[in-house]
Amino acid sequence: MMAYIVRRLLYALPILIGVNLLTFVLFFVVNTPDDMARMQLGVKRVTAEAVESWKRERGYDKPLLYNADASGMDRATDTIFFQKSLKLFSFDFGASDSGRDIGYDISQRMWPSLAIALPVLGVGLLVNISFALFIVFFRATYIDFGSVVLCVGLMSISGLFYIIGGQYLLSKLLHLAPISGYDTGLSAWKFLVLPVIVGVVSGIGAGTRWYRTLFLEEISADYVRTARAKGLGERRVLFVHVLNNALIPILTGVVVILPLLFMGSLITESFFGIPGLGSYTIDAISSQDFAIVRAMVFLGSVLYILGLLLTDLSYTLVDPRVRLL
Amino acid sequence: MLLALSLVACGEGPWNDPYPASQEGASIVYGSFSERPKHLDPARSYSSNEYAFIGQIYEPPLQYHFLLRPYRLVPLMAEVVPEPMFFTEKGEPLPPDAPPEAIGFSEYRVRIRPGVRYQPHPAFAKGSGGAYRYHHLSAEDLGGINRLGDFTETGTRELVAEDFVHQIKRLADPAVHSPIAGLMAEHIEGFGELSQRLTEARAAADSAESNSFLDLRAFAFAGAEALDRYSYRIRLRGRYQQFIYWLAMPFFAPMPWEADRFYAQPGLRERNITLDWYPVGSGPFMLSENNPNLRMVLSRNPYFHGESYPEEGMPDDQAAGLLRDAGGALPFVERAVYSLEKENIPYWYKFLQGYYDTSGIASDSFDQAIGFSSQGEAVLTDALRERGIELLTAVESSVFYLGFNMRDPLIGGDGESARLLRRAISIAVDYDEYVSIFANGRGVAAQGPIPPGIFGYREGEAGINPYIYRWEEGRAVRRGIEEARALMERAGFPGGRDPATAEALTLYYDTTASGPDDKARLSWMRKQLAKLGIQLVIRATDYNRFQEKMREGTGQLFIWGWNADYPDPENFLFLLYGPNSKAQSGGENAANYQNPSFDALFDRMKDMTDGPERQAVIDEMVEILRRDAPWSWGYFPQAFSLHHAWVRNLKPNLMANNTLKYRRVDPALRERSREQWNRPLVWPLALVAGLLLVGGLPAVRIHRQRERGRAL
Repeated sequence: MMAYIVRRLLYALPILIGVNLLTFVLFFVVNTPDDMARMQLGVKRVTAEAVESWKRERGYDKPLLYNADASGMDRATDTIFFQKSLKLFSFDFGASDSGRDIGYDISQRMWPSLAIALPVLGVGLLVNISFALFIVFFRATYIDFGSVVLCVGLMSISGLFYIIGGQYLLSKLLHLAPISGYDTGLSAWKFLVLPVIVGVVSGIGAGTRWYRTLFLEEISADYVRTARAKGLGERRVLFVHVLNNALIPILTGVVVILPLLFMGSLITESFFGIPGLGSYTIDAISSQDFAIVRAMVFLGSVLYILGLLLTDLSYTLVDPRVRLL
Repeated sequence: MLLALSLVACGEGPWNDPYPASQEGASIVYGSFSERPKHLDPARSYSSNEYAFIGQIYEPPLQYHFLLRPYRLVPLMAEVVPEPMFFTEKGEPLPPDAPPEAIGFSEYRVRIRPGVRYQPHPAFAKGSGGAYRYHHLSAEDLGGINRLGDFTETGTRELVAEDFVHQIKRLADPAVHSPIAGLMAEHIEGFGELSQRLTEARAAADSAESNSFLDLRAFAFAGAEALDRYSYRIRLRGRYQQFIYWLAMPFFAPMPWEADRFYAQPGLRERNITLDWYPVGSGPFMLSENNPNLRMVLSRNPYFHGESYPEEGMPDDQAAGLLRDAGGALPFVERAVYSLEKENIPYWYKFLQGYYDTSGIASDSFDQAIGFSSQGEAVLTDALRERGIELLTAVESSVFYLGFNMRDPLIGGDGESARLLRRAISIAVDYDEYVSIFANGRGVAAQGPIPPGIFGYREGEAGINPYIYRWEEGRAVRRGIEEARALMERAGFPGGRDPATAEALTLYYDTTASGPDDKARLSWMRKQLAKLGIQLVIRATDYNRFQEKMREGTGQLFIWGWNADYPDPENFLFLLYGPNSKAQSGGENAANYQNPSFDALFDRMKDMTDGPERQAVIDEMVEILRRDAPWSWGYFPQAFSLHHAWVRNLKPNLMANNTLKYRRVDPALRERSREQWNRPLVWPLALVAGLLLVGGLPAVRIHRQRERGRAL
């Protein structure tokens, strides 16, 4: 298994370089170092000298990808791409274009993201699986039909509507929770209630339908027929045997998104005023802070690759027949 | 869901209260901000969202009187408002009314108030031997230090004239990147030379990084010198009358050398401990919490020197209750808590719930807040009035205009045809309608470049632009589209057709507006020109490309704006001064307008003091502009702001940025109102739970039927 992990990590290197290159090209197609400097220096009374000085200090005065004036390897290495990308691979994110330490900011802002993402994932799983089992239990009845219609309805509503509707209903009309905001430590929980409820409810439609499909597939398997033939009750068949066997796709589906929970949610964090990594990325894009954008895309890629690797590993844990070679 | 919400109910007060119970009844101002301030260093900061914070922390020599209009400069750190002294090139004194061409240098001698101390800060902390406690930090010292508050000791010291000089030197330091360095280099004696010397000194010390410490005290500077402990002198080349206004901006606030020394130490920048993040001022407030991802808190500076509420105001101020606190000791509140609020909807809801004291009005919520009386006057809706909310309005010292690129061969230039074409377009583009549709009536169509409230602006019939408006029944009425069409004909484009091609004249409109929300605006603009038969092609780009076009002077029609730095007509008329052409010199004249007569008048006007003579020159300049029409004059936006009944001493002051100290709140009324407006309603949830239970009964029935049924 170790060899497999090492091999997968080595495969990740060209992927990360490619992602980095793509981010770099896409970013600089839209923005030039001059634009970035003007964004940081402001729009009033900015002189060309100030722009040049800003670029020089931050290393944005070099060519983007190829330095024709240099010789040898310097043609590739004395460029913005090389200088700004190399350190990423040692997870040294450096300073943002506004001068702040990106690593420190990420370490501070990942916790609020996790504080929302983990409860939404945990409670969402519990609610969706329970609801899916309930529907499967009453399959081929009007409860099944009604629930599927409800799920399709829930899926059809935009995520933004859930947020605005949740804020309006629970906070504005019923005055049950703060509409937005955040706090550090234990004081944070009262701000998490509303986004977590909204996150869970908005995921019920899609989640329940997905798990219902998994359970229905399992329920037609031979072992279920055998269990029923042995005289086991429907509840036991469903909640013990079917649920156990459906855990493999559920687990793999969950493991793959686990690392990405760190990255936060762009819209939720913005509407609820949560200072997480999602809003960090959005702010960086709007302020043209390439250093942060590059770091966050790199981090996202690493976490995604890690998620896929963990998924493969989790197969071996839940299904002893699987071997990684 | 019920369980989660019941947990929220465990605290005191309303369940939806976002603030801790410990703040109940405290004299705190609650506000919000929508984006992180980029800079808090007074040498770099240059935008209103940054001034909202540093304006309360840093104290420049002068400030604007809170109540008097027109805006008047009064002393803040200075003992009196300094008068400029004039000298010949050889240094011989000249009388105050000396002609500008005779003036070689002007000097401002500023005497500051003695006994003023800085806020507590670790940069001033000293050990028992008198040595600075934190000026030689080692890697071990920095263990466990992540924020400025992690330094256990603080100190203070008296503010001296040398600190003002130090800050002016910082403006010249290229490593600081002050946005006004270029402008000041044109005026302050030896400023450019100092910049050069500082650059060389840094290079020589092989410390080009901006965080390395360079002791600016060691650099002599003819432009700013301390005369004694409490006096300093600023020396300008020639006469620059508007310089006095700069002395009321944070750029010229004092900066102790200790702050530079402290923040330049290795390891602090890596911990985000910089002057750009943690200010060091002497004002009524200090930044006690700086977490712009969450909240920023200003707390009362324990060493504040003290100041009194103004005792003089405008005639209406007494009736408005603005003089009730006359002579009272400032500041009136203990703290100001600003929370990050990125979206308009939660911001507006929280204001209505009483969790923010004041609010602007976003277009989404405008109809909920404002209605118009039969006289067209903006009034609050009944729902808001019942809550005791009050409305304040003021025409801003800003302008948004439709610019014509005067370098363009078709629409620009000094030819009669292009001039008539521009005037025709100016009539057709109905900015009165624009304000009504897109700004909810919050604006005044401009008659020229100078907004109301600034010297040079003329009211009534004398102030209308006769090329675009006529005066009828006591009000300005836009000229009819027939007149614009007639101008088109005289310009050589009858019916909007280009005689060269016999097709509709095509013009290009450069804009950054490309989102779905902008569609209506762009469509409106197209229709305005279509009235003349002109086909308008929209060239929507991102802001960077738009800026680039403006810098290169390749646009044709464009929208641009300006927010005044100070209340002087020079700060608007310079936007059309030839040498400031954006394409030629990177200045702020985005239309690239050049008119030698206008430029000559501008050179005269900028050095004149306000009075009939200056007004006459301004009138002449405005007439030239109206005739040439380098802008279609656009509109002056009007600020609408709301505040709750528990907030007092609010008066729109578009120049002052340090007005928090005047504000007073009634915490008891606020608490009562919040309680009343935010009583939790639980029964709807109980109803939903009940419905779910009732809805589950058929499921139970089906289950029982199945359990009892026979297997097939």
